[in-house]
Amino acid sequence: MHDLGGVQGFGAVEVAADEPIFHHDWERRAFRLTVACLLSGHLRNRFRHAIERMEPAWYLSSPYYEHWLTSAATGTVEAGIVTREELDARLGASYPLASPIRAPQLSDPGQSIQEHRFAVGDAVRVREWHPLGHTRAPRYVQGKRGKVVRLDGVFSVPDVAYHCDRTRREPTCSVRFEAVELWGEPGDPVHVDVWQSYLDPAQP
Amino acid sequence: MTDHHHPLPTSPIEERVNALESLLIEKGVLDVAAIDSVVDYYEHQVGPMNGAKVVARAWVDPDYRARLLTDATTAIAELGFGGAEGEHMVVVENTPEVHNVVVCTLCSCYPWPVLGLPPTWYKSPPYRSRMVREPRVLLAEMGCPIPDDVEIRVWDSSAEVRYLVLPMRPAGSEGHDENALAAMITRDAMIGVATL
Repeated sequence: MHDLGGVQGFGAVEVAADEPIFHHDWERRAFRLTVACLLSGHLRNRFRHAIERMEPAWYLSSPYYEHWLTSAATGTVEAGIVTREELDARLGASYPLASPIRAPQLSDPGQSIQEHRFAVGDAVRVREWHPLGHTRAPRYVQGKRGKVVRLDGVFSVPDVAYHCDRTRREPTCSVRFEAVELWGEPGDPVHVDVWQSYLDPAQP
Repeated sequence: MTDHHHPLPTSPIEERVNALESLLIEKGVLDVAAIDSVVDYYEHQVGPMNGAKVVARAWVDPDYRARLLTDATTAIAELGFGGAEGEHMVVVENTPEVHNVVVCTLCSCYPWPVLGLPPTWYKSPPYRSRMVREPRVLLAEMGCPIPDDVEIRVWDSSAEVRYLVLPMRPAGSEGHDENALAAMITRDAMIGVATL
């Protein structure tokens, strides 16, 4: 449910004036324990994917730091740091966790790439791929044509890293999509940052 | 593994935090005293005042502005700002022809070293879903109408880059020094949901 770009049905953005960083002490403590888990390496960089695996109605109806808490709990159970039974016993109830990982574990991360395949100005199309696991290719640009506007650094591909013991590194770039391509009507352009393997060459 | 139907949680969130927190302390994963300094840093020591210093410097120093627009991470580090969620910065400049606005449709990516932790609305489904689909309508709703002849460029920070908007310097601020300028700059203007 996390892939929200262009999803319809949501209303006004509610802006609170002079909002505190943490609204309640539990938010501060959820932030603190998640930071500790991240710094310890126990979440095996699956932090975002555990949030993405929260049941959709729960994801949409829960406050932000409940996502962090749930990811930390789910990730530490999956890493074997704590057990579900320990959590249930400590809570005195069934401890709510995100859904299990559905993507297969990769044995081979594939070859890392250092060189950019595309140049600024190149026409590209985002491949259509909706994996069961983690990806940073938003659904609203999949299959859409755009133009490369900026070349960025070489980074680990999250689609691989979240589901493999090793990593694959690839160049990233920013792609401009015209509104008519995304939504079928005129409007303002959107730029999306992508790993190189998300893209295929396209006709200008 | 069998999938169970997951009803919405009924246990109070505080009790869930207590349960996991106490287990992580016992397992040696959470050292409260050590991590409290990290929490204090993000709660009290980092925030939009950092980004405001970057913007004010860019307004008064054309060479700095040029460096900021070509290598933002290094230029921001010149002022002492950097670290987690700011390792790969890009600054996008507002002009009379272009208004920039930043969103993260997939999660909540945000430039922590220059803006601090994000406000709730930035992480909310309405903002994340609508800013790419109808930016002009949403900006107007949020009190930031953009003239029809100005292009709105939306930046969805979906990979490793984190964005900061360089707002236009307000008219009438010619005599202001850097500190006075920094005091005029708002968080929302550096996200792109406000102008100055």
